[in-house]
Amino acid sequence: MQYFYCILASVIDDELDRIFKALGDPARRRIIDRLRERPDQSLFEICAHFFAENGMTLSRQAVTQHLDVLQRAGLVSVEWSGRTKLHSLDPGLLREAVDLWLRHHL
Amino acid sequence: MRIYVTSVLVDDQAKALDFSTRVLGFTMKNDVPVGEHRWLTVVSPEDPGGTELLHEPGAHPAVPPYKTALVEDGIPATSFKVANLDSEHERLRSLGFSFTQKPMDAGPVRMAVLDDTSGNLIQLVQLNAD
Repeated sequence: MQYFYCILASVIDDELDRIFKALGDPARRRIIDRLRERPDQSLFEICAHFFAENGMTLSRQAVTQHLDVLQRAGLVSVEWSGRTKLHSLDPGLLREAVDLWLRHHL
Repeated sequence: MRIYVTSVLVDDQAKALDFSTRVLGFTMKNDVPVGEHRWLTVVSPEDPGGTELLHEPGAHPAVPPYKTALVEDGIPATSFKVANLDSEHERLRSLGFSFTQKPMDAGPVRMAVLDDTSGNLIQLVQLNAD
């Protein structure tokens, strides 16, 4: 039983690591902000938002990498519209991260 | 030096010409047989002597993976300027055409991205300064 809880704790820690690492970058937090305002965005649209907000200019390759990190953390989900990949925020895991750990300190 | 022609790679030239003329309102300028394909260009009626859009056949083996990858990421093959983006968006949607990106403000422009049904995405742009 002890062993089971150790495994469970390490699984949860892995998940929390991925989520908080994903949040630990201003560009990825901006992507989350934009996707909350407007779901179903292509890579091109996400890049256009960065371009429009003069403060940040990122290459498409950089945005692709940020989206990969967010997707691996489970914070961003992908759906296909025809042959185009659209990204949306999936706040479920973010809430879970709050419930599993952050809430105890609030 | 001048840019007199620019091109999009199309799946089917006849279908693409129909879309360019009947849907987008461009005028056919050149239609010259080239083997099994055509040198097929259109111009904007607002600028008949201006840059021609060439409907280049997409038969080369490198074309399908290239177009697929661009469409997957929502990246337009080219960009056309319109006077009123929102009314163009509404008009094209009511005709049954789809957009991968609804009109949005991006700094000095308002833009949307249209599926041209020939395997490309086309950016439509309204310049706020106009």
